[in-house]
Amino acid sequence: MSNPGMNKERHMSQDMNGLRVAVTGGTSGLGLALVRELLGRGARVAFVARNKEGVERVARERSDAHGIVGDVSQKEDIYPIAIQLLGALGGVDVLVNNASSLGPVPLVPLADTECEDLELALATNVLGPFRLTKALLGALAASARGGRHALVVNVSTDAALNAYPNWGAYGTSKAALHHLSRIWDEELTPEGIRVVSIDPGDMDTPMHALAVPDADRSTLKRPDVAAREVADLIAAVQSVATAGHAAADHEVLQ
Amino acid sequence: MMNASVPIQRAPDAKLLVVDEDGAVTHHARAAFPNLVREGDIVVANDAATLPASLFGVHLPTGSPIELRLAARDSLSPERVTCFTAVVFGAGDFRTPTEHRPHPPVLRGGDALQLGPLRAVVLRVVQHPRLVEVRFLNPVGEIWEGLSRYGRPIQYAYLPEPIAIWDTWTRIASQPVAFESPSAGFILDWTLIGSLRSRGARFATVTHAAGISSTGDLELDQLLPFDEPYNIPPHTATLIAASRRRGGRVIAIGTTVVRALEHAADRDGTVRPGEGIATQRIGSLTALRVVDAIVTGIHERGTSHYELLRAFQDDDTLLRMDSEAEARGYTTHEFGDSAFIRKALVCPIRLPLAPVVVLGRVLHQRGSLGVLANGSHDGVERRELQG
Repeated sequence: MSNPGMNKERHMSQDMNGLRVAVTGGTSGLGLALVRELLGRGARVAFVARNKEGVERVARERSDAHGIVGDVSQKEDIYPIAIQLLGALGGVDVLVNNASSLGPVPLVPLADTECEDLELALATNVLGPFRLTKALLGALAASARGGRHALVVNVSTDAALNAYPNWGAYGTSKAALHHLSRIWDEELTPEGIRVVSIDPGDMDTPMHALAVPDADRSTLKRPDVAAREVADLIAAVQSVATAGHAAADHEVLQ
Repeated sequence: MMNASVPIQRAPDAKLLVVDEDGAVTHHARAAFPNLVREGDIVVANDAATLPASLFGVHLPTGSPIELRLAARDSLSPERVTCFTAVVFGAGDFRTPTEHRPHPPVLRGGDALQLGPLRAVVLRVVQHPRLVEVRFLNPVGEIWEGLSRYGRPIQYAYLPEPIAIWDTWTRIASQPVAFESPSAGFILDWTLIGSLRSRGARFATVTHAAGISSTGDLELDQLLPFDEPYNIPPHTATLIAASRRRGGRVIAIGTTVVRALEHAADRDGTVRPGEGIATQRIGSLTALRVVDAIVTGIHERGTSHYELLRAFQDDDTLLRMDSEAEARGYTTHEFGDSAFIRKALVCPIRLPLAPVVVLGRVLHQRGSLGVLANGSHDGVERRELQG
């Protein structure tokens, strides 16, 4: 075929053949775009979201994805999520911790942030990814022992590194997630598991609209563009790691 | 012996009873397990995660409350979760000693069951009035959701508090296919696995759908263990072969690993990778082909777990092990202490079917009546000899 688009598609559909990927927050924004992108590249995908109707809507659109209703901020939901996604996929090679909470909306200074709002941001953005990753660690290690390149992608933000006023709850929790990723990556490398934290940039998503309602949407990155970059990173880790677990650290997309 | 009374997987003061290849018994802190592993050894564990396999509900034809404990299925396939073998209990829960628990209603093929969000039908009653094959009628996704949300882990009467699902998952838990915990693996954590590696030993896994360990019913327990599907990843088979070539030992974490590896072993001890269904019973008449040592919980005589240990050591040694464990206060069961048992140096004799009369006498004197039955399934089972 001479059509370059077709060639690209064919190339893309090969690069994740059968890779088992779990995406949290998979019914809107970056998560939904990522579910579509990964399926397009031949991955087997399970996605998680809180809202049953949302999960059913996406599952109707993409019957090849496995939808799971669950809230990663809730301790009691973690094992039901883990059982369903490990059960349905028969294991997992890549986990994308994408589900996030902004904390209080509209955004307010830390001094006006209720403790409960900070708690919710920490529960969703730090404890949730920690718990879910920990519950899936056995499966990720099994994937790595089997010759796959197990990977955890934690979706972060530049607010994790820079001190933006009004982004206190979100920035603080994402900073913790970023650091957790770096330490875990050091610790899990001997098991063949990489943990990366990525900043997909300011995207035109429902969450961004909540945080910055008057943003000029034309200046924002489209979620499908960010999803392609994340998928490229996942694919790169697969191929790079083949050459001996090189590169692909938390700096890759920063 | 005492039961463990709290569901702590890696109690800091846990003990490890060691039976050497010459039958000598010594006592260690369980945390010192890596010191018993040598360069070149391979430690193999079962990475099956545990399903919440206990489902409460109603037997619709009679309206009677029942508990269904999923106990086995014939495949590890994510799609094939429709049919299970299950043990049925009447009203009550694990706090009622099984012998006092009301019987379930008489079960017949075709009976409908409602188990929370899951609908099921009894396909047939097998071998025992409380042992059934059931089929879930929900789509596969709903079955996984129903099990994960509504199922409870199978409980243990010896624990005062109910255990949560996370109490039943080992650190290495992966595919949820076990019905009870592969609990020997509770000794593992990532630090320990790291220290095995730094000692020059290898770590590998099999996935084996550990079935239920007991039903509380003597007759039913006679049928255990049920057939259990397993998967041996190719790299596990490769690492085992490499270790054996270099004279390293194969150390199995738990009885399920022994069952899977021995089932998949050729006569020369070569382990075939891939899926299989372990159907054999391992006991005093089994010639172990691959496994050199086992790490296991402390089990009571008469259980199938205990029976399996007789493939490693003779009865005199196991009795001595029991009395030492008793004297030193070892705790039994899933959350209790552990034992590291090496295969006896002079193992129950392995000979082809030859001069039966002479052999019979010799074996009789050793207290071990058995020879390999030629051509039996995978050659693992042995036929008893009338000596």
